[in-house]
Amino acid sequence: MQSELPLFPERASNFAGNVDALFFFLLLVTIFFSGLITFAILYCFLKFRRKSKNEIGVQIDGPAWLETAWIAIPAAISVLLFAWGATIYVNMRRPPKEPLEIYVIAKQWMWKLQQPDGRREINELHIPVGRDIMLTMASEDVIHDFFVPAFRVKADVVPGRSTAMWFRATRTGRYHFFCAQYCGTNHAVMGGWVTVMSPAEYEAWVSGSYGELSPVAAGEKFFTQLACNTCHTGAPQARGPALKGLYGSTVVLEGGQTVIASDAYLRESILQPRAKIVAGYQPVMPTFQGLVSEEQVLDLIAYIKSLTTAQGGTVTHPPAAPGAAPATAPPEKKTP
Amino acid sequence: MSTTAPITPAARTLPREHYLNSSYGVRSWLLTTDHKRIGLLYLASITLFFFLGGAFAVMIRIHLLTPQGYLVSPQTYNKLFTMHGIVMIFFFLIPSIPAVLGNFLIPLMIGAKDLAFPRINLLSWYVYNLGALFTLYTIVNGGVDTGWTFYTPFSSMYSNSAVVPAALGIFITGFSSILTGLNFIVTIHTMRAPGLTWFRLPIFVWSHYATSIIMILGTPVIAITLLLVGLERIFHLGFFSPSLGGDPLLFQHLFWFYSHPAVYIMVLPAMGVVSELIPTFARKALFGYRFVAAASLAIAVFGFLVWSHHMFVTGMSVYAALAFSLLSYLVAIPSAIKVFNWTATLYKGSISYQTPMLYALGFIGLFVIGGMTGLFLAALGVDVHVHDTYFVVAHFHYIMVGGAVMGYLGGLHYWWPKISGRMYPETLAKISAIILFVGFNLTFFPQFILGYLGMPRRYHTYPPEFQVLNVMSTAGASVLAVGYLLPMIYLIWSARYGRAAGRNPWPSTGLEWQTDSPPPTENFDKTPVVTWDPYDFHHRPDLDLESAAELPPALPAVRPVGHD
Repeated sequence: MQSELPLFPERASNFAGNVDALFFFLLLVTIFFSGLITFAILYCFLKFRRKSKNEIGVQIDGPAWLETAWIAIPAAISVLLFAWGATIYVNMRRPPKEPLEIYVIAKQWMWKLQQPDGRREINELHIPVGRDIMLTMASEDVIHDFFVPAFRVKADVVPGRSTAMWFRATRTGRYHFFCAQYCGTNHAVMGGWVTVMSPAEYEAWVSGSYGELSPVAAGEKFFTQLACNTCHTGAPQARGPALKGLYGSTVVLEGGQTVIASDAYLRESILQPRAKIVAGYQPVMPTFQGLVSEEQVLDLIAYIKSLTTAQGGTVTHPPAAPGAAPATAPPEKKTP
Repeated sequence: MSTTAPITPAARTLPREHYLNSSYGVRSWLLTTDHKRIGLLYLASITLFFFLGGAFAVMIRIHLLTPQGYLVSPQTYNKLFTMHGIVMIFFFLIPSIPAVLGNFLIPLMIGAKDLAFPRINLLSWYVYNLGALFTLYTIVNGGVDTGWTFYTPFSSMYSNSAVVPAALGIFITGFSSILTGLNFIVTIHTMRAPGLTWFRLPIFVWSHYATSIIMILGTPVIAITLLLVGLERIFHLGFFSPSLGGDPLLFQHLFWFYSHPAVYIMVLPAMGVVSELIPTFARKALFGYRFVAAASLAIAVFGFLVWSHHMFVTGMSVYAALAFSLLSYLVAIPSAIKVFNWTATLYKGSISYQTPMLYALGFIGLFVIGGMTGLFLAALGVDVHVHDTYFVVAHFHYIMVGGAVMGYLGGLHYWWPKISGRMYPETLAKISAIILFVGFNLTFFPQFILGYLGMPRRYHTYPPEFQVLNVMSTAGASVLAVGYLLPMIYLIWSARYGRAAGRNPWPSTGLEWQTDSPPPTENFDKTPVVTWDPYDFHHRPDLDLESAAELPPALPAVRPVGHD
């Protein structure tokens, strides 16, 4: 039997310190109030023990200020706790600039993780220390959840949509990751290790690369294989809208609504093309639901994203009214 | 004041005729419309399910003694925690206090002959048992492995276990909840005794009123949701599975819309019990009565506004997450009001240490820890880390077992003299209550630490560094098991051999103590008229404080007449 008795998890990410700070504050609040209640109960127990058989309690009508106080004080503490917790959460959900993007596919009962250069791993993830890491995740079957206790982060991986999480490892080492959402028989063994390396070690590890295609290159291949390029030719009179510069731009839809071309939008447009029709185009695109795997969707999205990068984001997407985009752009509200 | 003369200790015998001996035979029980007998039928059913669910828990805890899993296969382990959850939540906790104590006591507390719809009340017990049969069938048929949460698309498309019978069992049992809630609401509105205004009602009645609202408004949602899971599973109609064009998160919204308020179905009645016990054993009116009553309703209403706090890591909209976090803090406030008022009631009271009081104070202690750890989970940033870990498991066991079950047992002891006419053995009961409190903390406190360390829930095997805490938890569970077995044994024993209790052994101010113990079938000889405020010991010369103070350990000193 293991004799160690761990009491606190390792702290190895940018979020860990913030989460722990709030945790300790909550602990303090808890100890204070439970201590107060316990003390009050024990005090009354000893002090106001029944002394004679027909003794009855002294009738006290609670003053209004007291009731008000014990409504107001918990309310004030609650607002503080809410705001503190919300701040951390909003940071966790706000994607970083220029992260190292890892694509993650979850399936019963394994994790497939892919580096930007195409290197794939099963139940292992190698990342450099000190760099923002973004996981873009999809599931092939049921809901899973990627959880790294040492980083204090987790996010569900939900079939039918892509989800994302990010963190920055702050200490090199090996850390457990788990599947935290119950997913069937071998849920408990669906986990592995995150290896956080120094940047130099990571470079060496990555350059020992295998001959696999990067997501962008694979996406380009599928783009041809699936005959996407027959409609999305890029020409102004093509049957499908041009994709260059699409990612991150504002798209005007049939009926005048606009949408930001996010991961979620691209994914939906591949799998359920008729959900949102770009203004000026016919709803002729067939659905690719069931025809492409989750990995292929991620690769296709990576490819479409790369079309933006190649153009430096200067190309105006045809359906978006030039100049109008910034004014009409709604804030990013649809999270993937 | 219509009621009775004080009863001297010498008069402590069972009445000649009461609801237990007014008729005999299986038929007289299975076709009864007496709310008291139906309460006892429920008591038998849920006790069976409590020990069934407990047996699953014992196997779970033994299995987790070693990191690789000690007892069963992964598949079996998954079925064990699923059946533990389903049995304990739907077939024990939700009906526990309302269907047993609520059924027995609400008419007595409001001076009525019965509930408004006695036959619907009996029907609800049969409906419960029909659902229970499906659950037993599920167990015999190999069990179900989806977790009590039935998350899609796992439950609807992937699980190879008896999902449909299990869901059907819950679907059916839901109707018994709805019927009970309906019955309580109508009864409380229409059948209160003359003079018993709303603000003279015991908090127990207020709590059950609030609980009934949740039962009626929430239960249909879980019923329809499980029906949709069944339709998707059998006919492949796409509601929740993305491969059929559905949305898996829609299921979670619908499921938690009921299942979060369901927590309040479990804990509100326990709060009601505690609100009776503390004034009785402190001999003092409940501090802030109106605030406590209003807090019950506030919890029922706010409870419907917080469901998505179970979904903070699903990738839901950030703005929705912020709203649900704030609303979750809102629900903490009425709970805090209650705790402060209970504690303040003790101040300058005349406190005795009898078993129900120990349970009440145990409830406050465990509920405070359960409630305060709820604040950790409502804090978005911390929830991301502890969500779906043992921290959550510990948290909800503090509320639902530490809170609801302590309240249930406290209430069972307190009203046992009324139910059975006899006293339980006081010393043994005190020892059991303490064993239960200690065992509970030994079992579940280590799980908070496990959770923050990052051990996910529903794991049949775990990394070796988590073993010490798991062994501690299992050791604690063995203490806890003793704490549950003892009351079952001595309560059954005392129902036959206990000392006769008399009408009002504590004594207490409620109307239920104004009639015989056990009460006659029609509850009261004549309809009582209420002229006093609740828990008012000062204006009740009829209460015999002298004879009833600290009772000696109960031994079968006098073999009472009238029972055989």
